Amino acid sequence: MSDAPLFIRQSAGPDSVVIRGARVFDPVEQLDAVLDVRVDGGVIAAMGERIDAIGHREVDGTGLLLAPAFVDPHVHLRVPGREDEETVASGSAAAAAGGYCAILAMPNTDPVVDSAAVLGSLIEQALAGAVIPVGFMASITKGLVGGELSEMAELAAAGAAAFTDDGRPVTSAGLMRRALQYSAITGRRLSLHEEEPTLSGKGQMHEGAVSAELGFAGWPSIGESVMIARDLALCAYEGQTVHIMHISARESVDELRRWQALGVAATGEVSPHHLVLTDEAVRSLDSNMKMNPPLRTESDRQSLIEALRDGTIGTVATDHAPHARHEKEAPFEEAPFGVTGLETAFAALYTHLVLPGIIPLGLLLERMSQGPARALGLPVPRIAVGAAANLVLLDLAAGWRVSEAGFRSRSVNSWCLGAQLQGLARLTIAAGRVAHDVDPVSA
Amino acid sequence: MADIRAVPDDLRPPARPARRHLLSIGDLDRDDVDRLLATAQSFAKALEREVKKLPTLRGRTIVNLFYEASTRTSSSFELAAKRLSADTMSIKSSGSSVEKGESLKDTALTLSAYDPDVIVIRHPQIGAPQLVTRYTDAHVVNAGDGKHQHPTQALLDLYTIQEELGRIDGLHVAIVGDVLHSRVARSNVQALLLMGASVTLVGPPSLIPRGIEALGCEVTYDIDAIGAADVVYVLRMQKERMEAGSAYVPSLREYTAQWGVTPERLRPGQKVMHPGPMNRGVEIDARVADSVDSLIERQVRSGLVVRMAVLYDLLTHGPVAVPTQVQEVA
Repeated sequence: MSDAPLFIRQSAGPDSVVIRGARVFDPVEQLDAVLDVRVDGGVIAAMGERIDAIGHREVDGTGLLLAPAFVDPHVHLRVPGREDEETVASGSAAAAAGGYCAILAMPNTDPVVDSAAVLGSLIEQALAGAVIPVGFMASITKGLVGGELSEMAELAAAGAAAFTDDGRPVTSAGLMRRALQYSAITGRRLSLHEEEPTLSGKGQMHEGAVSAELGFAGWPSIGESVMIARDLALCAYEGQTVHIMHISARESVDELRRWQALGVAATGEVSPHHLVLTDEAVRSLDSNMKMNPPLRTESDRQSLIEALRDGTIGTVATDHAPHARHEKEAPFEEAPFGVTGLETAFAALYTHLVLPGIIPLGLLLERMSQGPARALGLPVPRIAVGAAANLVLLDLAAGWRVSEAGFRSRSVNSWCLGAQLQGLARLTIAAGRVAHDVDPVSA
Repeated sequence: MADIRAVPDDLRPPARPARRHLLSIGDLDRDDVDRLLATAQSFAKALEREVKKLPTLRGRTIVNLFYEASTRTSSSFELAAKRLSADTMSIKSSGSSVEKGESLKDTALTLSAYDPDVIVIRHPQIGAPQLVTRYTDAHVVNAGDGKHQHPTQALLDLYTIQEELGRIDGLHVAIVGDVLHSRVARSNVQALLLMGASVTLVGPPSLIPRGIEALGCEVTYDIDAIGAADVVYVLRMQKERMEAGSAYVPSLREYTAQWGVTPERLRPGQKVMHPGPMNRGVEIDARVADSVDSLIERQVRSGLVVRMAVLYDLLTHGPVAVPTQVQEVA
């Protein structure tokens, strides 16, 4: 097993700050109290009432909520290859603005992250420009073509945080089995994009009444669920576990729940857009409603919410997928799959799931922070004296309209463009350093 | 648990601007269709006169932008514009900047620099006409976008049915064949249902899109069901659907045997329609295509007056006393 660091960021010293009077809320630690919190030396140094600032910067947290910062195990940073769409610096800044203290970047880049050389260059970029800790995933198969395994041991030793062929499935069941067997030596998780390509075909949106009416080639739910069933059966046989990415369909939730009940320790993630929108949104023919897997029906959405609530799915992941404006300004079928999400995930889910009373705030916070960290075997953010300082100061009363001008991301293909949302990260502290700060004192 | 709507209001795209387009049958209500068919009827009368040109749209510019091969639609739009004295400009993807990789957005911006009044567009991709509306001040008419919509085809079919059978309301229309890949089927199902007809889709299970019955039509795989219809509408069976890897049916031969529209499967007096181009001997028997009950040539004639009506209606902002204007010419 490798002891290479999982996360990399710019080298600089820790910040010292005292946050006064915020509601400090960590659902996992069962902490919910109005307290002062001092961050010093990279950790939460002190918590209590009217603690001594000892000369540190003081932030007025009155009326705000201090929570464990978020972890996103599914982000496309587009480097190397598409620096016009995103970079380590812009993507990590977008994440910090969304309240994230750590993100994992996908390897479906050009070239693919399937060698220690490419991974090394990314680690150098993170050292130069990552404002929060960034982990890099490497591909399961060389070149993402599903032919032969990447050199997983060397990649793990070089710092690969986990393995995925995201964007594509591992089509061959035999190769998937081998990946499960072999990856065990790395101690790193496999994160799977589940898609049976002969069923998804050229599908542009969910196969159902809306695709029938609009004429788009359909991408049926079973194209996802049959692959999940296959891979979880392989996990059961091999005694291994996997993380299932961006689950979109009721049938997929049913498979995951069934195999978990049979003892497979697999985890699952769901993306905010699948929790808020349905295939009805595609009637707009707006290419920002095009993602893979596609938006599905209200029944699927309800199933995903239920799975998030009961823990079958323990992770919210944005699948932040920046695309160049000119590529999205094309007819739906010509436009690439994918939408951005880092800067809107919390606000969208707070607005559409917590405020209407569909899920409690504590559940959402856990599913965006500790849930994903545990699923991917990453350090778990928590609020306790002595713990690494991974904190987000949330303004739950702040309403804002999502506009192109406000993004830190280099791309604007957000599924929330134009939406009025509530909930904003005013301060993000990632591994002891202030990574995002919109000056809550003056706000 | 609180019920939240599938698409929150604030995540819906902004409402379409006031400028009128014809992008989908869904843009129309029953009154719109009645008005368009009445206008088309007026133009049909005018075209019976010796001088077939009307001055109605003199000085207007109509751009025909065709990204797909087309005989009927492009020629009838061009002739419709000319019959109304508009200036026309036809651009085909081959031989234009499209071949050099120009994006649809840039082509739309370029053409809009000439301040056209109408852009008629046919494109292989769904939603291309909607995209063009974002980059032009012209009225946009969808002349077929991928497998999505072909609203002027549906209107000309409604016109043909109304002229031949005297009504649409209460009729039963069977649409036969490859519904999955057919914009004509999608537009016609919506249009026929809007006007009070009932619709049954007939074809191989692999070529009927899952969930299409949500539109309000019936679905059957049994060709004998066409016997109950007043009108049998035959869809083109595209040969490329039989290619290896996309074999929706085992062979054309089997398709024809199971779903070909032959004289034996029809009752005398049942009307037969087809949007063209036909594959005689595949989806439609030649004897059916040439029979007295075939409305196929009438459809082409209807195409001209219906497209005149659409252009006129868009540019004159709705119901205007059409017959008066026609009489002025006469």
